[in-house]
Amino acid sequence: MTDFRVKGRGRVNTDKPIKFTFDDQTFQGFEGDTVASALLANGVHLMGRSFKYHRPRGVVTASSEEPNALIGTTRGKGRFEPNTRATIQEIYPGLKTESQNKWPSLKFDLGAINDRLYMLFSAGFYYKTFMWPRSFWDSVYEPIIRKAAGLGKAPTEVDPDIYASRYMHCDVLVVGSGPSGIAAALTAGRAGSKVVLVDENSEMGGTILSEPSVSIDGQSAWDWLEGAMAELDRMPNVRRMTRTTAMGYYHQNMIGLVQKLTDHMGDVPDGAPRERMWRVRAKEVVLAQGAIERPMVFDGNDTPGVMMAGAAQTFLNRFGVLVGKKPVVLTSHDSAWYSAFDMADAGASVVAIVDTRNELPKALQNAAKARGIKTYLGYTATGTKGRLRVSALRVNPVRNGKVGAGHMLFCDAVLVCGGWTPSLHLFSHTKGSLDWDADAKVYLPGHKTEDVHIAGAGRGLWGIAAALDDGTKAGMDAVKSLGGKAGSATYEVAEDRTGTGITQKELPTDRNPGKAKAFVDFQNDVTAKDIRLAVREGMKSIEHVKRYTTNGMATDQGKLSNMNGLTIASDALGKEAPKVGLTTFRPPYTPTTFGAFAGYHKGTHFEVTRCTPIDSWAEENGAEFEPVALWRRAWYFPKAGEDMHKAVARECKATRESLGIFDASTLGKIEVSGPDATEFMNRMYTNPWTKLGVGRARYGLLLGEDGFIRDDGVIGRMRHDLFHVTTTTGGAARVLNMMEDYIQTEWPDLKVWLTSTTEEWATIALNGPNARKVLEPFVEGADISAEAFPHMSVRECTVAGFPSRLFRISFTGELGFEINVPARHGRALWEKLWEVGKKYDICPYGTETMHVLRAEKGFIIVGQDTDGTVTPLDAGIGWAIGKMKSDFVGKRSLDRPDIVAPNRKQLVGLLTEDPKTVLVEGAQIVDNPNQPKPMKMIGHVTSSYWSESLGRSIAMAVVEGGFDRMDDTLHIPAENGAIVKAKVTGTVFYDPAGDRLKVE
Amino acid sequence: MLLIHCPYCDDTLPELEFSYAGEAHIARPADPSKLSDEEWRDFLFIRTNVKGVHAERWRHINGCGRFFNALRDTVSDRFLTTYKAGEARPDTTTLEAAE
Repeated sequence: MTDFRVKGRGRVNTDKPIKFTFDDQTFQGFEGDTVASALLANGVHLMGRSFKYHRPRGVVTASSEEPNALIGTTRGKGRFEPNTRATIQEIYPGLKTESQNKWPSLKFDLGAINDRLYMLFSAGFYYKTFMWPRSFWDSVYEPIIRKAAGLGKAPTEVDPDIYASRYMHCDVLVVGSGPSGIAAALTAGRAGSKVVLVDENSEMGGTILSEPSVSIDGQSAWDWLEGAMAELDRMPNVRRMTRTTAMGYYHQNMIGLVQKLTDHMGDVPDGAPRERMWRVRAKEVVLAQGAIERPMVFDGNDTPGVMMAGAAQTFLNRFGVLVGKKPVVLTSHDSAWYSAFDMADAGASVVAIVDTRNELPKALQNAAKARGIKTYLGYTATGTKGRLRVSALRVNPVRNGKVGAGHMLFCDAVLVCGGWTPSLHLFSHTKGSLDWDADAKVYLPGHKTEDVHIAGAGRGLWGIAAALDDGTKAGMDAVKSLGGKAGSATYEVAEDRTGTGITQKELPTDRNPGKAKAFVDFQNDVTAKDIRLAVREGMKSIEHVKRYTTNGMATDQGKLSNMNGLTIASDALGKEAPKVGLTTFRPPYTPTTFGAFAGYHKGTHFEVTRCTPIDSWAEENGAEFEPVALWRRAWYFPKAGEDMHKAVARECKATRESLGIFDASTLGKIEVSGPDATEFMNRMYTNPWTKLGVGRARYGLLLGEDGFIRDDGVIGRMRHDLFHVTTTTGGAARVLNMMEDYIQTEWPDLKVWLTSTTEEWATIALNGPNARKVLEPFVEGADISAEAFPHMSVRECTVAGFPSRLFRISFTGELGFEINVPARHGRALWEKLWEVGKKYDICPYGTETMHVLRAEKGFIIVGQDTDGTVTPLDAGIGWAIGKMKSDFVGKRSLDRPDIVAPNRKQLVGLLTEDPKTVLVEGAQIVDNPNQPKPMKMIGHVTSSYWSESLGRSIAMAVVEGGFDRMDDTLHIPAENGAIVKAKVTGTVFYDPAGDRLKVE
Repeated sequence: MLLIHCPYCDDTLPELEFSYAGEAHIARPADPSKLSDEEWRDFLFIRTNVKGVHAERWRHINGCGRFFNALRDTVSDRFLTTYKAGEARPDTTTLEAAE
């Protein structure tokens, strides 16, 4: 294999050779190389296959906008990453990389058949090719498209890496460390501002790294750079961050930075985070992101070996690699001439410089002549030769708009430059406007919405001297906005490479343009003729053209393709570019890992898990858990060999026959206190509270102003001016927020205070005929006999010596108590009850049994049997409405026309014809099962269980006009075309008279 | 992420501490039973949905817990000002001029 490394060039450390693999073949590079530069040093251009046509593709750029050289990297188990840009990934010993989108191999790929079938895959092919016949949608098209879609392989294992997250505040954040960014950082740093300078590359310097022949202040550019870095590092108020991408610019100068910490390391220190997301709030931002070189659009412009001239210059000067020994340069901008000169000076035989322009500065032409480089002015390129590597470029003269005869320039690389696009992505994130510069045919920053300054090539300036001056000015402006004053600085730049150029649509050709494969978007395989086709088919806005062709929609987000696409579309439409529009850039600037966004919030840290004081007991006693809102609740307590069904049947039976114990600590609890507490309760809840005596409790129902059920719970009156309100487990925060809203904004005159006490109390529910027998001996300070302590009562007393609010209530239909004790005593009380309860075969039960027991009694669960469109009347709990009350939240809505209309969905019971059939919750209900599809759905099943007590299944459902359908048979279409029959009933299935509450 | 000034804490704090609470200056009628169906519908559901300066409620939920009002431009997503619950809506013209 030929060595393309040039001695004495580049910044890589040639004392430190590094071996890595690409498609299982071992290559050698040096410390400081990227995968791309190291492969190029070994003469490898072919690095991938394209997305749609599977055309062979080589590396095009030297930086983060790379569309083609996307590779998979493996950094050990679980650490596979697809679509890594070879131009960014640094090599380290043992790095394994692979090419993508090829089978069986990169050099011979069967998928390339698509390239021959390109007529099928033109713009909008999704909408056309796969339309007919209909029967092919599911069986043929969909599986094939799915298999073919996507770029790279998705990782399959859990990512074991750590991702860190930090906040940062600074005075001036400078994005980009080219000459303008460095000058801005120096200026603001010297003025004492707290400065952060970031760059996505491993090394700072930007353009300076690619332009060593320029001299600044009498030193070589690289010596000057070293000095500038040293000065910045000496300032305690300046922080420099490399490998750090400003990926998004958000409101009020918040910038997201993703810092890559370990992807370049062979030996990663234990516990080191892979990436760190910085959320930076900067008082001022300087965007010095430079400009991105534009490709030229001509037939065969995607052949490996065709690449950006500026990239070739970077590979040579920064990495010491010649991308070819016989390159042709094809350009419309002066900058590529300098690339040609650097290549020639490094020993390449530059075949020719082909420029589409007719007139060029004499100095450039003389410099070419001095190096013996042939020049073709006023020429176009009309084709390439070579499939896996370019071997010739076909060029033709253009005279008076006519394309003359073509001839071949034999070469091993084609270095193109179609002008430069100011990189204004982050500025666009701020919704800053872009103004069209008709002369330069570029968009430049316009109206600003944030405290931001743009410097250098981002404003269309060219050359290192201009960039340094503009960066200095941006730094001064930033300091001035901060209220300070920064000193000016001037830089003496010699041998600066200033220049101009033009941009253009696809190059003119003497061949049939309809057959040209002239690519605009390399990554999404969009050609110039696709864009023209989209315009012909009626796409008038660039937004439509983009979506129809997918131009600019790949992972590079159109960094190379957007402007060429716009130029071609505007030519096809016969309108100026700004009239066609520009698609919006959105974060992230470059592909960003999910890990960086997630940070520490993964696994058990993804969200808070709330545990009750009794959670540890449940865990020790083998509970299965389920999440309820943020809570982890005991679901059921299986004994050896039991599944959920068996465990729940046993728990239900034990509770109904003797005694069950249940952890109800998750119930929301709100203390409502103050002289106006009763008035407040009257206004909030549907029920009347005035006459509720101290020591009594009542079921409370809360509506929204729209009349629909929001929450419910038992509310005890502790004192004249104090209510113990309970809410649903998931509704506590919502209810408190709603109550606060009314107190603060509607009724600020009421003297009432709310305190969330959910976590202050542990709540243990004892249910079953033997509940009192176990509890009574523990209670002091209250008589809990049936006469003294009737159903729906509450006492303050002590239970087992712990201060307690003791309720006699039942969510099971059995004799029931809910014992609230301070949370820290919850487990101790539980264990005491447990010990004594053993006499009665006490059985711990979980949420599933709780659900079954309450459903047997027809008690609703808000959010399960209601869904935000259910009124108290719909739910059959109209009795909870205080008829005499003049107003409460939601009362007026109970008279709304839609609420009083007939045929509303109402909550009823369902008993299946076959008692063994348990309906599926959520199943739709129909009247006549023989009606044609789609059938009219008249309701759905809200709750459905096996009832061990009744020896059959039970269900609740909301059904249109349900109250008038008692004893009707309804139909529930089930899986595989089966239809389940069920009879409409009331919702109380068990002990309708309520006798079981009355145990003495 | 926005920075929001809480008029009760008199401090400008990150959006994470706040929750949105709908349009401002929609008072609950003193006696809803006096309202026609149409009037009650308007109270419940009809909102201005402005393009431009919008008076809206926020709650400093992870802070002092107070509800307050804000004027925010729905186009630029910029807060013009915030003010306490119960206070009249400030004159927008002077605030917009100050922008």
